[in-house]
Amino acid sequence: MSVTITVNGADHALDVDPSTPLLYVLRDDLELNGAKYGCGLGQCGACTVQIDGKPAFSCLTPVGAVAGRRIRTVEGLGSAGAPGLLQQAFEKEQAAQCGYCIAGMIMRAQALLDRNPDPDDAQIRAHMQTNLCRCGTHMRILRAVRRAVALRKGTQSAQEVRP
Amino acid sequence: MNPVPSMLSRRSFLTGGALVVSFALAPKAFAQLAGGGEGGAGPTVVAPDLKGSLKSTPWLDAWIRIDADGRVTVFTGKVELGQGIRTALIQVAAEELDIPPAVVTLVTADTERTPDEGLTAGSHSMQDSGTAIQNAAANVRMLLAAEAARDWGVPAEQVTTGGDGRLRAPDGRTLSYGDVAARLSLHVQAVPDAPLRRPSDYRTLGRELPRVDIPAKLTGGAAYLHDMRLPGMLHARVVRGPSVGTSLKSPDLDTVARMPGVVKIVRQGGFLAVVAERQWSAIQAMRHLQRAAYERAPQPPLPADGAGDAVATTLKALPARDIAIMDTSEPAGPAVCTVKARYTRPWISHGSIGPSCAIAQYLDGTMTVWTHSQGTFDVRRVVVELLGLPPEKVHAIHAEGAGCYGQNGADDVAADAAVIAKAVPGRPIRLQWMREQEFGWEPLGPGMMTELEAALGADNRIVSWTHAVWSNPHNNRPVGAGGVLAGNEADPPFPVPEGKPIPMPEGDGSRNSNPLYNFANTHVVYHFLKDMPARVSALRSLGAHLNVFSIESMLDELATAAGIDPLAIRLDHMRDERAREVMQAAADRFGWAKRPRGDGRRGCGMAFARYKNLGAYCAVAMEVEVDRETGRTLVRRAVAAVDCGQPANPDGVRNQIEGALVQSLSWTSREAVRFVADRRASFDWSSYPILRFDDVPGSVEVVVMDRPGAPFLGTAEAGQGPTAAALANAIADATGVRLRDMPLSPDRLKAAIGPV
Repeated sequence: MSVTITVNGADHALDVDPSTPLLYVLRDDLELNGAKYGCGLGQCGACTVQIDGKPAFSCLTPVGAVAGRRIRTVEGLGSAGAPGLLQQAFEKEQAAQCGYCIAGMIMRAQALLDRNPDPDDAQIRAHMQTNLCRCGTHMRILRAVRRAVALRKGTQSAQEVRP
Repeated sequence: MNPVPSMLSRRSFLTGGALVVSFALAPKAFAQLAGGGEGGAGPTVVAPDLKGSLKSTPWLDAWIRIDADGRVTVFTGKVELGQGIRTALIQVAAEELDIPPAVVTLVTADTERTPDEGLTAGSHSMQDSGTAIQNAAANVRMLLAAEAARDWGVPAEQVTTGGDGRLRAPDGRTLSYGDVAARLSLHVQAVPDAPLRRPSDYRTLGRELPRVDIPAKLTGGAAYLHDMRLPGMLHARVVRGPSVGTSLKSPDLDTVARMPGVVKIVRQGGFLAVVAERQWSAIQAMRHLQRAAYERAPQPPLPADGAGDAVATTLKALPARDIAIMDTSEPAGPAVCTVKARYTRPWISHGSIGPSCAIAQYLDGTMTVWTHSQGTFDVRRVVVELLGLPPEKVHAIHAEGAGCYGQNGADDVAADAAVIAKAVPGRPIRLQWMREQEFGWEPLGPGMMTELEAALGADNRIVSWTHAVWSNPHNNRPVGAGGVLAGNEADPPFPVPEGKPIPMPEGDGSRNSNPLYNFANTHVVYHFLKDMPARVSALRSLGAHLNVFSIESMLDELATAAGIDPLAIRLDHMRDERAREVMQAAADRFGWAKRPRGDGRRGCGMAFARYKNLGAYCAVAMEVEVDRETGRTLVRRAVAAVDCGQPANPDGVRNQIEGALVQSLSWTSREAVRFVADRRASFDWSSYPILRFDDVPGSVEVVVMDRPGAPFLGTAEAGQGPTAAALANAIADATGVRLRDMPLSPDRLKAAIGPV
């Protein structure tokens, strides 16, 4: 059965069982590595992507349910050569150990920054609560999200002063 | 399907079945060798005068290759586990060769390309591989300089380097490393005294280079074994009961054979797996097969569920072999204050975020296995025995996985994948375990207990100290087919080898049970328990987590009883200058002297250990706030100080210690694997909760001691024990309640505090 999904701005027509979790379609059909299998239960957040701007567990989302909706993965934020704002901030803070959770962390944080460009520490912690890290990189992840907030402010003020 | 033999019957099989014993003995002969200090089959020492892993692999070309264009390839038998070793080793090589780190390519463990350095475990990588690469690189730089000197007709000591991959003559002539290397053979043995670069000249070592593996991890690059896609690759799932020791009674193979996309059902003895074109098809087939009823032989019984008394009851019922660890006797004054206490730790899961994964391909008689095991060469040994292949026909290659923190399912899944690949020749097989399989089947960190009794004399000196520790072996690393699940499920099964203790000074359950402090009349005994009620093996820091927790809790119990400051009682009994400096550094940065004193709600605690008494020194101080209504404890701030010798990358060290601290807080404050009569009852993150963002400290600060040129000391595990004890000590300071049984959970603290 054919399903068409929109990932990082591009449409993909796929011959796939619509009950297949989006995670496996992203990884195996579209060959996107960002979303990870962690639990398949929506408990850890390693598979987090954005669907219509909201954070979602791709491991629990049947691909048939997301036809026509905007899906964004960490690959949609930037690349190693041209990293997005959060990716730059995570790189600057060296906010990864094994890094298996990190793409999911970045996608969850992106969803927060999309709706609240200036969250405070408590709001960041509450928002990130959903996602697990086992290496104990939490302090760096929090710093990276705060740095992204500051970077964006800096970018904005830099733009504002530009004629 | 054949029931999986229980642990006990496997042992009976070992004693009764001479035929099978012969299989297991050969690998076991290796088991006590180096191997990264955690079991495993370590390589043989052939050059004892050399440093680090040069002892077992003394040839320079085994470590370093310089191409004509100046590109340098460095080979290590250690692997990246998320600890940053890849970047640290590149820094070591770049420094001693005196070249830019960007020209170095590092190849990690691969049975056909790199030295066998045993396991990547026990915080040994910098000591073993970092030291080997440092000295190999110094040897190579010395040979390059000598060759250039011959060319120029100048004394070798007048040839210099400038960090750019060129050799310089006194008159300004230069030659590139590539040109000079082309005339040299590096197939020579290292010499022990090649001069190392002076720390004051360092360009790369000790600098905070960004980790080379991080960009791909942030952007969806191919960063993990899980991300490999080989042409024609099939997806497999292994089918097992809910946890170790169970077996499915009659899985519905007929229905699954007809399911669309299913390529093959692999069933050999007690081993069962499904192979499909698509991952989701394999998962659906696995789920269908898992609907079968399961059974478990009633013996041996699983550990009693719960913590504290449950742990003690389970362990004390097992036959023990007593191993003397330390006995000193000296004249000391009479005791005026004696404290006796029992401390326990429950079984703990590694809890990797990514369930274990492997890819295997059996092509033209050769088995290739991509694995994220800590023991790439052990994976080959296991597969060789399991499948009866000649060693030269098995190629194991490391590729990074999710953090493992010890022996999780990585070795098992690699063996599983190889069994499946052998049955489906030609096509690569990708196998990932499911979340509940990782929780249900991986070896756990063993439950443990200690009993301590210590006495203070009139001068506040400790006049006697006894420490007894009960533990299963933490050293069940597979070095043959009996060490992996697929081997136990084979027909006939390879028996689980009998667990062995790791001797001191590294130790396993005994690790860090010998205090570094100078106590009079110290008696330490290890009650080694070879019979394992739960499948267990190495978890980050092994016995040091509970032993340091016990020693450092007891010190505070004595200090409290005698009204001594916790820092003072430690310094008063510590002669090791570096240990004193680390404690003082943590205390100074924390503001120990002016800390808020326990007021029923807030309090502070500290603790110290030198990992294995021969690795990194680490002191931790923290301030907690306890909610007396709920027993919930929040760490407001934590400070750690660490001395790991010359830090290769200080930010890498901080990252490791921050992580160790947060992970140990999670273990110590909330984690315990649950059991019911016939299986583990922790199978997901709701039945095995770990620390989340709401519960991490307000701040964590790490002071890295500057030790220019000092030998590398392993860092990654140094924080586990001190963090655990600092938490218990801070809670005791805050509330007056001493918790001795992990986890130091809100329920337990609330029960101890009583009604508000």
